[in-house]
Amino acid sequence: MKRIISLAVNGVEHELAVEPRRTLLELLREDLSLTGTKKGCGIGDCGGCTVLLDGVPAFSCLTLAVQAEGCSVETVEGLAGNGRLSSLQRAFVEDGAIQCGFCTPGMLMTATELLRANPHPDEREIRLAISGNLCRCTGYQKIVEAIRHAAEADHE
Amino acid sequence: MSNDYRILNTRAPRVDAVDKATGRAQYTDDLSRPNMLYGAILHSPLAHARILDIDTSRAERLPGVVAVVTWRDAGTEPYGVSPARYDETIFCHDRVRYVGDEIAAVAATDPDTAHEAVRRIKVDFEPLPLVLDGRHAMDDGQPQLHEQYENNICAQVHWRFGDVEQGRREASVIRTDTISSKMQDAAFMEPQAVLAEVDAQRNLTMFSSTQAPHYVQRTLAMALNHPLHKVRVVKPAMGGGFGPKASCSTAELATCLLALKTGRPVKFTFDREQVFLHSRARHQFLHTMTTGVRDDGTLAFLEHECILDGGAYASFGIATVYYAGSLLGGPYRLKNMNYDGYRVVTNKPACGAQRGHGAVIARALFEIQLDRIAEELEMDPIELRLKNVMDAGETTCNELFVSSFGMREALEAVRDSAAWKKKRALAGQTRAEGKGIGAACGFFVSGAAYPIYRSKTYHCTVVTKVDEVGGGVVVQSGAADIGQGSDTMLAMITAEELGVSLDDVRVQAGDSSLSVDLGSYSSRTTLMTGAAARDAARDVKRRILSAVAGRIDVPPETLDLKDGCVISLADPIDFSALRDEYLKEHVGFSDLPDSPKLSFREASRIAFLEIGAVVGTGEYRPPKLGGSFKGAAVGTSPAFGCSAQVAEVSVDLETGEVTVDRITGAHDCGFAINRTQVEGQMHGSMMMGMGEALMEQVIYDEHGRILNRNLAEYKIPTSLDMPQLDALIVESNEPHGPYGAKEVGEGAIMPVIPSILNAIHDATGVRINELPVTPERIVRALRRKSVCAK
Repeated sequence: MKRIISLAVNGVEHELAVEPRRTLLELLREDLSLTGTKKGCGIGDCGGCTVLLDGVPAFSCLTLAVQAEGCSVETVEGLAGNGRLSSLQRAFVEDGAIQCGFCTPGMLMTATELLRANPHPDEREIRLAISGNLCRCTGYQKIVEAIRHAAEADHE
Repeated sequence: MSNDYRILNTRAPRVDAVDKATGRAQYTDDLSRPNMLYGAILHSPLAHARILDIDTSRAERLPGVVAVVTWRDAGTEPYGVSPARYDETIFCHDRVRYVGDEIAAVAATDPDTAHEAVRRIKVDFEPLPLVLDGRHAMDDGQPQLHEQYENNICAQVHWRFGDVEQGRREASVIRTDTISSKMQDAAFMEPQAVLAEVDAQRNLTMFSSTQAPHYVQRTLAMALNHPLHKVRVVKPAMGGGFGPKASCSTAELATCLLALKTGRPVKFTFDREQVFLHSRARHQFLHTMTTGVRDDGTLAFLEHECILDGGAYASFGIATVYYAGSLLGGPYRLKNMNYDGYRVVTNKPACGAQRGHGAVIARALFEIQLDRIAEELEMDPIELRLKNVMDAGETTCNELFVSSFGMREALEAVRDSAAWKKKRALAGQTRAEGKGIGAACGFFVSGAAYPIYRSKTYHCTVVTKVDEVGGGVVVQSGAADIGQGSDTMLAMITAEELGVSLDDVRVQAGDSSLSVDLGSYSSRTTLMTGAAARDAARDVKRRILSAVAGRIDVPPETLDLKDGCVISLADPIDFSALRDEYLKEHVGFSDLPDSPKLSFREASRIAFLEIGAVVGTGEYRPPKLGGSFKGAAVGTSPAFGCSAQVAEVSVDLETGEVTVDRITGAHDCGFAINRTQVEGQMHGSMMMGMGEALMEQVIYDEHGRILNRNLAEYKIPTSLDMPQLDALIVESNEPHGPYGAKEVGEGAIMPVIPSILNAIHDATGVRINELPVTPERIVRALRRKSVCAK
């Protein structure tokens, strides 16, 4: 039986009727048409579906929609405020951290949380933070560089 | 390299980067349509069995199921990648040949119903004996997979170049070594997805995560018996391909069949398990090589045998078995080479192309052999290689002509950048225990010279059109940006030629209705489609400049386009009459041109007013290349890329754990259209090669089932596994490539595995001849070594 849940996605309140087994990923992609969040595996291996749940990175494919009841969800669509790219988005674009781009939304969400919690991460901390987000194109080199540059840009 | 380019050779951000960074980019699974159905496929649970009966009645009765299709709907006409080996049918009718082979498909109103319907299809099987070990697939008495493949041999190659016996007499050091690898998964992040729809005129449009819209269009039309001109294949944003997405899949065929049958849009997306089952990724290779070298370190001969375990169907496998031999023709001077290759079929998912098609494991063993020979000759391994590398203008023993070749420069670059001499000199002295350094080279095509089907087709066309309102430029191409950045390459070339900014160029690509383009495989797009885009832009420029020149009565050759304006190469020109005309058309507009120069916007508008549509075209077809021997077509290319790499590792001598500390690679891409993207291709190659060297393997049980069909147990490198990657760009100015450019997408993976393996040997003194080199294999080898020492 469906349950009514309410949650805020990128600052917008939603009230939705969902099956208890519906995942947060399905809710975002299918019910709210927020297709920026990607499904790479569906079982929490790749990190492509990472969103921030009350500010904490979560695999939306392993999170039931009902678990997000009353939560604030942030997705890649919410990163650019008023059309202005965040410093992380800008760094990803300019540094070549994006190739196929399929891991990018999850990677950006993980990195966003990292820089909020630790504005001056060293390389090891960056690599540790994104180690749950797989990328097959970049060897992570330019992603790590972009996160470092974004951290530096935030403090200029 | 200094040059006058404004846009080429820079680090311009990708044209699709902002969309991808904001979630706006639409991948196939992000698309949906009103009234859309969801597809699901029934895969065989058995690796080899006769099909006695398929009963779909219980599935058809399920509410919400709109169509169920089997071979009865799809027919049994074979299709495949190469016309010489059509051995697949859309659905199995009499036999299944691997766990995952497709038997039926369903379209239903929601995904859950579609999956439930698949579960309700009943298939009666009679199990057949299995062939799972590629080593023994050819043996007498083995079960036979296909009538047309005697002894399970799908393709074989027997090449004799030069005189190996003469080489053997000249050689002073002769070694025989072997290597075996495992089947790989390409592990692209985006699982295959398809959306098919049909309009009232029976025009079939398929959106798909494909590397080769043109080939897939042909296969759909042929296998579905649908008019070719009524099939359109569109590739939306795409999350990687690396080879396996270059062949038409049953998912594509079945989804189109369901759309044709129901008249409704149908979407089907693989889950990750299905990506593994479908595979079409790297073969398992079993190589044996005997290499001879003369006293002075020059190569005397290579005798090479390879068995490729290709799984149940041919897919790209014929090309694979040829590439496994042909690409050892370079980058070294090697006059005498024999090759015997056998591509066998087994009851496992079909293998196909994957980054570095066919040549990666062959390269690994050959480069390991060179290190072992250097050791016997007491030569530095890089010195040995430098003694043998080819130079531009040379031809290999199998008739591959290298028109540009920065091999020597690349090798010297990594040697110096990684401080090779200093670190190598420490070996056995003051160096920390378990530290090692290794080097290797590589060689790869820059575009297959022949299409997959026999034809004198152009390999690509590009149509470039200037907006009739003036100012904007549209580039239309069938080329598939699979993540490597070909859309950006097309935009940069067009903007450079027309003197406009990247923001004024819009690329429409990856659509079979826009142009013929053979697709993103064999590292062909920059050289081939780049050349066509250059010519299309020049065609447009000529049309604009002649129209403008006609209006102001000057010779067109005295005009040029630069920095968004028309410039005069002769006397200054008064454009005020043209300016007035433009301004009169735009009363009430703001942002109107006011500099004394005539803007591109005005010039392109005036050209339209003079001549109508301003359209330029370009096309590319390689010149006739290659020798006349059988199979000479595979390996021929307008140009060849080459690369060198130094890997530094630390090995824990107790646990066998390998940490790659640093990789320094240099690749000769001819000319870097986009420096950031060239580095990105090199980094990605390093990562895939490192995974293949140390951790990646598809593991089967005795029933032919994949045990690790997920990304937790099929391990690919994470950010913690990857070291600092240094990518050095070498530019040798390829005469056959646009602006001197040639490949980087695949060649850069060639030296990765052997450089790491050579470094592990340097660190441990042991050689492992089975990939991946896991800690367990290292520990076992170290124990054997210590037992032998006692």
